[in-house]
Amino acid sequence: MSDVVIRTNKLNKEFVRDAERVVALKDASIEIHRGEFVALMGPSGSGKSTLLHLIAAMDKATSGEIDVLGENLSALSDSAIARWRNAHIGFVFQSFNLIPVLTAHENVELPLKLTGLGKSERQTHANTALKLVGLEDRMGHFPRQLSGGQEQRVAIARAIVTDPDLLLCDEPTGNLDAKSAQEVLTLLAKLNKEFNKTIVMVTHDPHAAQFASKVRHLDKGELLPE
Amino acid sequence: MAIPIAYNIRNLVVRRTTTLMTALGIALTVAVLAAALAVGAGLAKAFTASGHPNHLLLLRKGSTAELISSVPIPVFKERIKLRAGIAKDEKGEPMASPETVLVINLPSVDAPDGMNLNIRGLPPAGLKLREDCMITQGRWFQQGRRELVVGSAVAKRYPDAQAGKQITFGRGKWDIVGVFDSPQMARNSEIWGDFDQISGDFNRLEAASSVLVRAQDEVALDALRNELNADPQLQVEIMTEKAYYAQQTDSGAPLEFLGIFVAVIMAVGSCFAAMNTMYAAVARRNTEIGTLRILGFSKSSILLSFFVESVLLAALGGLIGIILVLPLNGVATGIGSNLTFAEIGFELRITPGIAAFGMGFALFMGAIGGLLPASSAARKEILTALRDS
Ligand SMILES: Nc1ncnc2c1ncn2[C@@H]1O[C@H](COP(=O)(O)OP(=O)(O)OP(=O)(O)O)[C@@H](O)[C@H]1O
Ligand SMILES: [Mg+2]
Repeated sequence: MSDVVIRTNKLNKEFVRDAERVVALKDASIEIHRGEFVALMGPSGSGKSTLLHLIAAMDKATSGEIDVLGENLSALSDSAIARWRNAHIGFVFQSFNLIPVLTAHENVELPLKLTGLGKSERQTHANTALKLVGLEDRMGHFPRQLSGGQEQRVAIARAIVTDPDLLLCDEPTGNLDAKSAQEVLTLLAKLNKEFNKTIVMVTHDPHAAQFASKVRHLDKGELLPE
Repeated sequence: MAIPIAYNIRNLVVRRTTTLMTALGIALTVAVLAAALAVGAGLAKAFTASGHPNHLLLLRKGSTAELISSVPIPVFKERIKLRAGIAKDEKGEPMASPETVLVINLPSVDAPDGMNLNIRGLPPAGLKLREDCMITQGRWFQQGRRELVVGSAVAKRYPDAQAGKQITFGRGKWDIVGVFDSPQMARNSEIWGDFDQISGDFNRLEAASSVLVRAQDEVALDALRNELNADPQLQVEIMTEKAYYAQQTDSGAPLEFLGIFVAVIMAVGSCFAAMNTMYAAVARRNTEIGTLRILGFSKSSILLSFFVESVLLAALGGLIGIILVLPLNGVATGIGSNLTFAEIGFELRITPGIAAFGMGFALFMGAIGGLLPASSAARKEILTALRDS
């Protein structure tokens, strides 16, 4: 695998809504390299989430090429994409999206159920991930018993527990107060620097963008030059 | 590996009210079904065990029931009693018993206005043919007296039919002197007394309703049957006592059928209830479905998870249903016989087989109800699922 983790070429995404066409992404070409921490910025509706979804193979492009971690995503079947996502992608949402009926530890362990790991290995991995985000004392808590910042850190632990190559975050601090946001951003920067995780983070917040090693701007579906 | 089952169980617990309502619907369906089957199992136990293997029952030609049959006593004396092949008692008397069967009406626990009961008049040979019957209270009736003994099922359900009490029918009062119990349950729904006393009250001394005979052995049984059949003077229907009682099992068939019919209708409702509950669950968990997919769970594991949840829900219903119906096990009840026109007593039986069948039926309802919601959950596109929450 080359040094390039994500490569898109003239990527387009159109949505058709009530016979009206919305161009969400227009000829977007970008290269993201291993170990980069890229912040995607831009006004609301500029196509940031759309780009992130295409990278995570949650949606298909209307036209153009996209190559992530050496895989041509458009060629993969549904189940192959599911396996690929489990092994290589960690996704962090603005609204955390923890499973409410599972404890912090069970949430983190969940993606490991899809790996060949045995029970004790899964436990160890989940413990390690939770320790990394500083929540080893909250393992048995349910999401509703955690603060927003803690929930997001559990979500990050869940995203990294399979040791993925790529971490995709869609406004990870959007629902957090300043202090919690700071903790989460510090954590992401640490994952990038110490664990060499490639990170793409969508954000509105210029302060958040400062934690990234590179900032790219989108406007009306177009990537602005670096 | 699949989405852990704890996830489903906890979701069922979280929405406990809906879970319980849906499970209760399934429970009632299973209970109705199991109760209907319990009638069948109870009657089968009561009647398939009845009848001595070497006994033949003789009715008038064309009759299917003792009550509408008659065999003249002279015919019995001349053409039946002295046949070879009939077993003899210790005094050398043939074990052949002309018996009279009548219907009387007595108030029962379920029907204070009275239910029909069979009363049987027996000659001495009649009791010898029923040596397996035991007196559990009081004593046997005596020849030549207006005395009766009642079967244990009768004593249980008829407040007036108790040892020491008197009942009135025919030409006056009768003393109940005992309660008997037979391993052949069909007998326990009858009242017995002396043939001459009972027949005399109803002016029926010249004819019996039926004749019960015991053959010496199985070979003699076949020979005796052939011989009696071949006698042109003898217009009788001949069957083994076992075959006669086996027919009575069918008495429960209409009730059983009705129960199953109602259960099937309820099952359709329960399937829709389960489906409705699961559709609501799918709708409420859109974000979770999208999230699980992003974590790498496939469409089929989403399908399986919701399907399993529906089946678990139904299993809970099945369990409750069986617990609800379990107290019926062993409950003594009666049913109108289509053969004797009287009430026959039997015990409802919830067998392990019935419990298992009820549970299977519940799981089946859960599976049917869960299929569509689960596949709709699996078919959701990730982004749609995440957005629709
Ligand atoms: N499923 C959809 N159907 C129709 N239009 C859509 C759909 N998803 C996104 N769009 C449109 O595509 C454009 C880009 O959306 P996108 O969600 O990528 O924006 P964004 O930059 O993430 O905005 P925000 O900062 O508000 O999250 C918007 O105009 C949006 O309305
Ligand atoms: Mg967005």
